[in-house]
Order: sequence, then structure tokens, then C-alpha cells
Amino acid sequence: MKPVKVYGPGCKRCETTAQMIREAADRLGVQVTVEKVTDPREIAMAGVMSTPGIAVDGKLVHTGGLPDAAKLEGWLTA
Amino acid sequence: MTTDVSTPHPVRPEWPWHFGVAGFVVAWWLIYRQLAPASEWLVALLPVDRDTHTGEALAFFFYDVPKVMMLLTLIVFAMGVVRSFFSPEKTRALLSGKREGIGNVMSAGLGILTPFCSCSAVPLFIGFVSAGVPLGVTFSFLIAAPMVNEVALVLLFGLVGWQVAVTYLAFGLGIAILAGFVIGKLRLEGWLQDWVRDIHSGANAPVMPEGERLTMTDRYGLGIEAVREIFAKVWIWIIAGIGMGALIHGYVPEDLMARIMGADAWWSVPAAVLMGIPMYTNAAGVIPIVEALLGKGAALGTVLAFMMSVIALSLPEMIILRQVLTLRLIAVFIGTVASGILAVGFLFNLIF
Repeated sequence: MKPVKVYGPGCKRCETTAQMIREAADRLGVQVTVEKVTDPREIAMAGVMSTPGIAVDGKLVHTGGLPDAAKLEGWLTA
Repeated sequence: MTTDVSTPHPVRPEWPWHFGVAGFVVAWWLIYRQLAPASEWLVALLPVDRDTHTGEALAFFFYDVPKVMMLLTLIVFAMGVVRSFFSPEKTRALLSGKREGIGNVMSAGLGILTPFCSCSAVPLFIGFVSAGVPLGVTFSFLIAAPMVNEVALVLLFGLVGWQVAVTYLAFGLGIAILAGFVIGKLRLEGWLQDWVRDIHSGANAPVMPEGERLTMTDRYGLGIEAVREIFAKVWIWIIAGIGMGALIHGYVPEDLMARIMGADAWWSVPAAVLMGIPMYTNAAGVIPIVEALLGKGAALGTVLAFMMSVIALSLPEMIILRQVLTLRLIAVFIGTVASGILAVGFLFNLIF
């Protein structure tokens, strides 16, 4: 199980990002748990200044805007 | 946004993109020049008399909708490319530890250029303050970023005129700089929510792997993405706003607006600011109304004050900021910005 966190206050783009991660994981056959972090304190603590941010295995890999689909697959398989 | 440095991706020539963008700009210009005759032609096809209220409103609608859409496409694309050179992280690095004064000026300017979405206002606020950006300087950014944006400027330029657009830019920046400066001078750091003061996120937070090697093609791509996003978000507002403007344009009698929103009624400026606070729409929705109001004899200062208030002081944003600011600090924030807007409104009514 790969833990993936999506940081964002719950705006539409964060929802879309979480959905993209699930779909990419399904495509790749990778087991993931997607957790949405909406608490502003935790978002800030993670060092995310523009949302949505994505952390895979506890490592921040992306902030600001929807992720690129190809890169997303790269993070999930890394 | 960041390119993955580990995968060597084939270097494609960039010149087709440059040509494509240049070709697009030329085509844009040729079409743009034909908009006025095309709209008249369209209205002439309809079974309404051009000189009636309905004809007047329709001509306004058919000309302004495509015009605004085209202007937005071009400028939002350009800004998308420009913004790809900036990021909140870089802006924070530029601003941290800056003195007030110069810091406020830089901050307001960077507020225009840094990619910003109001849903990130809280993490950005914390990210700034915890990295040693002074509170007042942070506020300058937070005021300028939504208020002085390319959508507002494009719409003002396209619908009202470049003089008003430039004035709006100058005074919007001025308010952001001054309000931030005043808030900084008041030393209100103690009025942040407790947990924000204690946080030290920026310093020990994991640093994003900055893949700085964006090609021009990547940047064009980001510009296109920005256009797509703006259109998905604002088209309904533009149609609604221009429709509303068309109604005012065609049906509201001239002297009515001049009486209510004219320069003679001193109370019209504060009333406009008050009305604007609970109203929440983006620049795209409010400016067509602004144009129609001006056309009907409303005073420029009053209308600008209304517009700034709608865009810069929004209730949803206050509710978001409530998570990091105490109510007292929010009150000071609203008070300072509202005073600035009032001053601009009165000043304009006096000058013009």
C-alpha cells in the first residue's frame, strides 16, 4: 500500500486531483491509499503554499494546479 | 509544472510552437477587427428594429461577448506564460525579511505576477508569515493578488477604455501597498490565531524538487491551460454580466442612474462600497455592469469603488482567512482596504 496525501482545502481541483490519482493507480495496478488533508495547519506544515499538493510515501512531489498525468504515473511507480 | 529531470525527454524543435503562437496572434487581430461589422450584420438579420431598446441591447450583447472572449483569450494566455516564470516559493524567497515600504511595493507587484488562487490563500498566508515575510507585506500581496488581476484589467480595457484600466491598475496597487503598510505599522502580529504564530513551517518543510528546466513549449502549454481554466470558470459570469449590462444599457433611463450614482450624491461612494462587500462575483461578472452603469451617467469614482469592493472584499475570502486571523484582525483588514477604496472613489469623483 502506497500512502498518498492530497493537500487542499477541498476545492474542486483537489477533488479532481484525488480522482486522477485513484484512476492512475487503477491503471497501473498499484495499491494506494488516498488521504485528503484539508486542515490548513497540516497543509502549511507540509510546506504546501499553493494547492493542491501531493505527497507520495511522505515525500512532497507536487504543488499548485492539477498534476501532469505522465508525471503522476511516475510518482506512483517510483 | 515541474519537468521530471530523471527522464531524458527527446528535444523537440520549438520553432513550430513559436510560429503557431505568432500565427494565432495575427489571426486573432484580423478577426478582432471584424467584430463590430459582424455584430451589426447579425442584429440586422434579426426581426428587430436596430433603433429600439431591444435592438440596442442585442447589438451591445453580440458585440461585447465575442470581444471580451477574444481579449481574455489573448491576455490570459500571455499572463499564463509570464506566470510560469514565477511561483509562490520564489516570491516568498524574494519577500522574506524585506523591510516594510519597499517590501510592500514589491509584494503588491508580485501579487499580480505570482500564480495565485483564492483557495490557497490560507496556506500561502502561513507560508509567507512563517518564513519571515512581515505581516503587512503579506497583506499587500493578499490584497493585490485578487484585486489587480488580468481579467479585471482586460475587461476594463475592452469595455470601458484604456484610461480607466490604467487608473484601476495604479490605484489598485496603491491601495494594496498602503493598506499593507498601515497594517504593518499597527504591529498586529499578536492578533493572528495562536497556532499560526507558533508554526515554523517554511523553515523545515520539505523543499519541492524544483524542476526549473521548463522549455518555451512547456510555458506555452501552461498559457493554454490558463485560458482553458479561466474559460471553464468565468464564461457563465461573462454572459450573465454582459446580459445584465445589456439590460441596463437598453432599458434603464439615463437620468435615473445619474441621480443615484452620479457625482453629486456624496453618499453614493460609501453606499457602493457597502453594497460590494457581501456581493461575490469575480471581475468577469462585475465589469460589464460597470460599463453599462458608466454609460448611463453613473460617476466613475462611485462605479470603481463598487467594483473594487466587490472584487477585493469578499465574504467567502474572509471566512477562509478566519482560520488564520482573529476577528479583530479581519476587521482591521476590511476597514483599511475599505478606507482606501472610499478614498479612490471620492478622489475620482472630484477629479473627473
